[in-house]
Amino acid sequence: MAIVYSKPATGNHHFAKLQSKGVHMAETIAFTLNGQPVTVTTDGQRPLLWVLRTDIGLTGTKFGCGQALCGACTVLVDNKAVRSCVTAVRNVAGRDVRTIEGLSKDGQMHPLQKAFVEHDALQCGFCTPGMILTAYSLLRQNPEPTRDEIIAAMDHNLCRCGAHTRIIDAIQDAAAQMKGGKA
Amino acid sequence: MNDNRHFEIDFHDIVTDPNLSRRDFIKALGGGIIIFFCVGDSSVLEAQRRGGSRLPEDFNAFLRVGPDGRVTLFTGKIEQGQGAITSLPQMLADEMDTSPDVVDMVMGDTSLCPWDMGTFGSMTIRFFGPPLRAAGAEARKVLIELAAEQLQVPQERLTVENGVVFDKENKDKKVTYADLAKGKTIERHAKEKPPVKSPSAFKVMNKPYLHRDARDKVTGTAKYAGDMRLPGMLYAKLLRPPAHGAKLKRVDTSAAEKMEGVTVVRDGDMVAVLHKDPDQAAAALAKIDSEFDVPAATVDDQTIFEHLLKNVGRENVVVEGGQLEQGEKASEIVVEQTYLDGYKAHAAIETHTALAQVEGNKVTVWASTQTPFPLKDQVVNALGFQAENVRVITPFVGGGFGGKSASQQGVEAAKLAKITGKPVQVMWSREEEFFYDTFRPAAVVKIKSGLTKDGKATLWDYHVYFAGDRGASQFYDIPNHRTSSVGSAFGGGGPHPFATGAWRAPANNTNSFARESQIDIMAAKAKMDPIEFRLKNLKDERPIRTLRAAAEKFGWKPAPAPSGRGFGVAVGIDSDTFVAEIAEVEVDKRTGKVRVKRIVCAQDMGLSINPQGSTIQMEGCITMGLGYALTEDVRFKGGMILDRSFDTYELPRFSSLPKIETVILDLPNETAHGGGEPAIITMGAVIANAIHDATGARLLQMPMTPERVRKALAAMA
Repeated sequence: MAIVYSKPATGNHHFAKLQSKGVHMAETIAFTLNGQPVTVTTDGQRPLLWVLRTDIGLTGTKFGCGQALCGACTVLVDNKAVRSCVTAVRNVAGRDVRTIEGLSKDGQMHPLQKAFVEHDALQCGFCTPGMILTAYSLLRQNPEPTRDEIIAAMDHNLCRCGAHTRIIDAIQDAAAQMKGGKA
Repeated sequence: MNDNRHFEIDFHDIVTDPNLSRRDFIKALGGGIIIFFCVGDSSVLEAQRRGGSRLPEDFNAFLRVGPDGRVTLFTGKIEQGQGAITSLPQMLADEMDTSPDVVDMVMGDTSLCPWDMGTFGSMTIRFFGPPLRAAGAEARKVLIELAAEQLQVPQERLTVENGVVFDKENKDKKVTYADLAKGKTIERHAKEKPPVKSPSAFKVMNKPYLHRDARDKVTGTAKYAGDMRLPGMLYAKLLRPPAHGAKLKRVDTSAAEKMEGVTVVRDGDMVAVLHKDPDQAAAALAKIDSEFDVPAATVDDQTIFEHLLKNVGRENVVVEGGQLEQGEKASEIVVEQTYLDGYKAHAAIETHTALAQVEGNKVTVWASTQTPFPLKDQVVNALGFQAENVRVITPFVGGGFGGKSASQQGVEAAKLAKITGKPVQVMWSREEEFFYDTFRPAAVVKIKSGLTKDGKATLWDYHVYFAGDRGASQFYDIPNHRTSSVGSAFGGGGPHPFATGAWRAPANNTNSFARESQIDIMAAKAKMDPIEFRLKNLKDERPIRTLRAAAEKFGWKPAPAPSGRGFGVAVGIDSDTFVAEIAEVEVDKRTGKVRVKRIVCAQDMGLSINPQGSTIQMEGCITMGLGYALTEDVRFKGGMILDRSFDTYELPRFSSLPKIETVILDLPNETAHGGGEPAIITMGAVIANAIHDATGARLLQMPMTPERVRKALAAMA
C-alpha cells in the first residue's frame, strides 16, 4: 500500500509506506450465484453490487445511483428483486443470488430477454439488466399481471432513454410466453 | 455482428508506429479491399492531422472488405443507444448488396478510427450517411470489376445478391465477396458523387431493423467503460468542492491514509483516494477532512432569470424581414409575453466513467464519452504525452444526451494512472454527476407579436436570452419579423453560476416552448382553432403536411381553445426535420397535477434509414420531454447544486407515460434528416397548450409543476 503525494508546484511524486490497519473484520460468506456455489472473504458490510462487479467480475449488474433510487443494480435474491447497491454482501449468506448473466439457460435466452430484444425494449441498455430482473421478480409473484400492475412494479426503475412503453409490452409478451410453459 | 467483435479488433501495436505509411497501414488492416472516403470538408482532415492521427491524411473514414467476406466500418461515431450501430450497417450493406449481418463496426477508437468531432446534433445519418453510402457503392463497383476479371464476364452482365456476384445470363457463374477479397490488397477512394441506389432499389434501407446490440445488452455481456477490467487496477474517488467556485482551504487525509490498501494522491488541487475496491475508495473519501472557501451565493433558482436579464450583452440578429413598425401598425391585437426555463440535468443512468492505463509514454483511456477525439486532445494536454501515444477507446455509452460531450472523468483517470503507475478507474457517483453536469441553461424568451382580428399574424419580435439560437427562427409566414439571440447554450461562463452545455436539441426545447406557446395565445386571441390558425399562417409545405399528418392521426376536431378538452398542438423544426405533436392532458385543478394521457407525433424527416430506430427515437424524445416539461428543474444556491440525485430530481417514470403514437411521413426520395432530437423540442409547448385548453390557464415557465399550475389557475380567478 502506497501513499502517493505530489507537491503542487513541482508535480514530483513521493511514495511512502504505511502500516496496514484493517477497518472491518473480513468474514467468509457463502452463497449461490447463478446456480453455482461461491465463497467470498471480505468485509461483510460491503455492498453486494461491488463484490459482484469487482471481486467476482460480473459486470452486468450496473451502478446508477448507489441509493436504491434507480434500479440499475437490481439482482435476484431468492427470486426477488433486490437493490444490490444497498444490500450488504453478508445478507446474502446462504441465499440464492441471480444476476443478468445467470438468466439464460444452456445458451437460450429467458423469455423476458427474448421479449426485450423482439420489442426493442432498450436503447443504451444500461438500465436493461435491472429492468429484466425486476420484471422477472414480478412475474414470479404475479404470472399474469395487468398493465397497471406492471407499471406499479416497474415504477422505481429509471430509464433515461425512454424505452418505457416497449418495456411494458415486452413484459406482457414474456408473461404470455411463460404461461405457455416455454420458460 | 459477432458477440464482442466490437472490442476484439485490436492492432494497437501496429498503429502506434509513428511513421505509418499508407502501405503499412493497409498491411496492418490485413489487406482486403479498402475504400477510403471523406466526410465533411478539408477542415476535418486538418483536425485529424492536428489530433495526431496515425492514419494517412487524405481521407477520414474507411471500410474494409476482408478475405472472410465480412465488411468492417471504422467510424469515430459512438453508440449511446441512438442506434447508429444498426443504421450505419444498413446503409453500407444496401449499397454493397450484402447483408447488414456481415458488417462489423469499430466505433469511437481514436487509434483505429478516423478523426470525428463527436456524436451529437442528430448528425450521424445526415452527414456521415451520404459519403458512407457512396463508399459502399464504390466497394461494390470494385468487387464487380474483380468478378468480371475472374469470371471472364463483362461487368454489365454481372449483378450482386447478398454478397455473391453472378452472371445474369448464367447464374452458375458466380463468386462471393469473400473469394474476391482473398489475397488481394486493393485501395480505392470513393468519388464524391458516385451513383447510389434509388429508393425503389432499397432492400435494407428504409426497412425496420431491430437494435443489433440488443442481445448483448439483455444478457449483460455488453461492455461499458465501467466494465473494463485490467490486472492491478485501482478505483479512484476524488475530493469534490461543495459548490462551484469553492477553493480548497485545508485538507487532512491522515485518517484515509490509515485505511488498509488505500492510496492517497494529491496533485495540485486534485485530492484522490484509490483502492482495489471502489466501495473502499468511497469509504476512504468519507474519511478526508477538508475545508473549502465557498463564495457567497448571489443567485439561486428563483432569482436566476432576473440575474440573467441584468447580464444581457449584445444581441445577435438571427433573422429578420419587413419592418417591425409596419407590423405594429398592421396589428389589431398585440401579445407580449415572457417565457422562462430552468436548468436541466442530462441524468443518463450511466455516470461519467473512465479507465486509464499508462504504459511507458503511452496512455489508453476507455471512456464513456460522446467525443473520443476531443477527449484525446484533453488527455494529450493534461499528461504532456505525444498525441500519437494517446488512445481513447469508447465502449458502449450508457446514455449521453449531450452530457457526455464533456469528458472530465477521462482526464482525471489518465492523470491518476500516470501518477500511480497503475490502471485507474474513475466512476462518478450520482452526486458528482449532478454536480459536474453541463446543464441545459436557464433562459428567458421575450416575444411581442401581433395579428389581425381575423387571425393573420402581422408582427413577430423575438428575443431569446442565454438558451442559444437553435430553433429560434420561426417558420410562419409573418411579414414583419425579427429574431435575436443573446448568449450561447454552450460552455457556461457568462452569467451562469456553473457549466452549461448541449442538452438533447440544445436551445430548441426552450425556443419551441416559447414560440409555440405564443402562437397558441395568438390563436386563442383570434378565437380560432389552434391548428387552423397555424395552417392559415404557414406557407412552407413541410410543416403544413406534418401538422396535417398529426391532426389526422389524432382525429382532431377543430375548436378554439380553451375548449375544456385538454388538447394541445405544437410544431417545430430541428436538424432539418419538422415535427408536429398533439397532446391530450388531464389537469387536477385542486392539486395542479398534470397527467399527459396521449401524445401523437408526426415527423417529416425525409428518408428514414431505419423506421424502427426512428420511431424509437421519437418515443424516447417524447418520454424524455415529459421530464423537462413537468418535473425537472435543477435547484441551486450560488454554486451549490441542491438536487444531487433521483430523489428530488424527478425523471419521467413508467407511471408518467402517456399513450404514444407516431407517424413518420413516407418520403424515401428526400435526403435523410436528423432523427435523434426533433420530437423532444415541442414537448413543453404541446403540454402548456393542452393545459390551457383544459383549464384556460397559461403556463409560462418550465417545468410546469403542480405549484405553478395552481398559481396559474389562481391568477385566472
